[in-house]
Amino acid sequence: MKTIQKQAQALLCNSLLASAVAVIFATSALADELNYSNKLLLTGGVSQVEGAAGGGLTPWAVIGGYGTNNEVGGSVHYTYVKTGDYKLDTYGFTIGLFDRVEFSVAEQSFDLGKLRNKVTAGLGADVFGRNQLTQTIVGLKVRVAGEAILDADTWMPQIAVGLQYKDNDETDFIKSAVIGAKSDHGTDVYVSATKLLLAQNLLLNGTLRLTKANQFGLLGFGGDKHDSYQPMLELSAAYLLRKDLAIGAEYRMKPDNLRSPANDLLFGGANVVDLKEDDAFDVFIAYAPTKNISLTAAYVNLGNIATVKAVGADYGNQEGVYLSAQIGF
Amino acid sequence: MNINIKAATAALLATATFLMAQPAIAEVYAQNPNLGNTPMEGTATFEAFGGKEGLVKIMDDFMIGLVADPRTKPFFDNNKQTFIKAMLVEQMCELMNGGCKYPGRDMKASHANMKVNREGFNALVEQFQFAMDKHNVPFSAQNKLLAKLAPMYREIETTTGDAVPPVFPKAE
Repeated sequence: MKTIQKQAQALLCNSLLASAVAVIFATSALADELNYSNKLLLTGGVSQVEGAAGGGLTPWAVIGGYGTNNEVGGSVHYTYVKTGDYKLDTYGFTIGLFDRVEFSVAEQSFDLGKLRNKVTAGLGADVFGRNQLTQTIVGLKVRVAGEAILDADTWMPQIAVGLQYKDNDETDFIKSAVIGAKSDHGTDVYVSATKLLLAQNLLLNGTLRLTKANQFGLLGFGGDKHDSYQPMLELSAAYLLRKDLAIGAEYRMKPDNLRSPANDLLFGGANVVDLKEDDAFDVFIAYAPTKNISLTAAYVNLGNIATVKAVGADYGNQEGVYLSAQIGF
Repeated sequence: MNINIKAATAALLATATFLMAQPAIAEVYAQNPNLGNTPMEGTATFEAFGGKEGLVKIMDDFMIGLVADPRTKPFFDNNKQTFIKAMLVEQMCELMNGGCKYPGRDMKASHANMKVNREGFNALVEQFQFAMDKHNVPFSAQNKLLAKLAPMYREIETTTGDAVPPVFPKAE
């Protein structure tokens, strides 16, 4: 039953994505013809890892795309994250309505093939049964107050509230005794405040998120340590070097909900399967070679994701590269 | 990590304070009520623009860009160009504390016979950036002036619908 539902969902998501891509390319061809889009460069942020407009890790209060309060804008994006032992691919689209409402859909695919091989070799049994964990994230964001870019004479930031509904496809695995997540879906709720300090070339963002998601939801929602919403703080700072070039850093708190049930069931309570979750941070550079394209490169550190030292998977601190491309209109 | 409830509460409080902070606008412009913002302190930015001489050159290219850009052309392709450029030089000069006195009307009155939307406002900013780039004004100096100009959108923008240009005769 679940499989059929998932297939239908995937089909719907893919066809939605295909239509969005078609619309965006048609419109951006039109924009190319006019050679203009009506928001200032980089002021729409880039696509964060869950698909909302923001930094790399964190949603901002800005509305995605280059549309103004009189227009509909949008973007498509692809993001590649490669840490020492894992890989994450994200692609999706964002639609911005009248600089007020943002709708986004993102597909994430997390590759843990390396861990699977180690565990399978160590145990002599394949308890994973898959290399990829995938999830769909549907986001909604509403700007409720302020104007981040133009209100340069006040301290009032632009404020937005948002939610991200996440549906993980790997129900059997994430709820198994290996991971022990309590649910395969969850909704994050957040409020973001973004301010461009124009005279100082500095953009600041603070986001407060209520979440139960383990590793962004890739390892499900809730666990044996915690199964309730917890507030998480996310901070970004970006310094504008030129109108088409920014550097910055981000910090994102993450909950630490999981304790593998396998540790008690099989290993007498020893922390053999270590799922301790750490906070994430990155240092990025964002470049807009043209009005419609932005490219982001970052060093990212996601901390521990899953370590099984007994089978030689001493994966500890997952640091690596974050690369993202976005086409906006 | 172990969730730090204290930090999260502090963040929540900080956000709430941020939310309640009222914009500190509506300052009384002691020098010139029509200027649209308070002038800067010091003259470093004015000097980065090449003084009044530099401003004149920038405004000449700015106007060429405004007329070339289809989004702003209807507003500037008329016989007011020389007047507008002169007014802009005086206004920018006074905003940058360059010893000028802007003699023009306030931003509301000077845009009263047209309707400007956000696309038009942003297009003008973009053309201004091109003109400043062309005359090698450092990016940080550009942003110091733009920070004085950006809040004027509150007086200049009068529609979220279609733009309506003023009706002036074409330039000679």
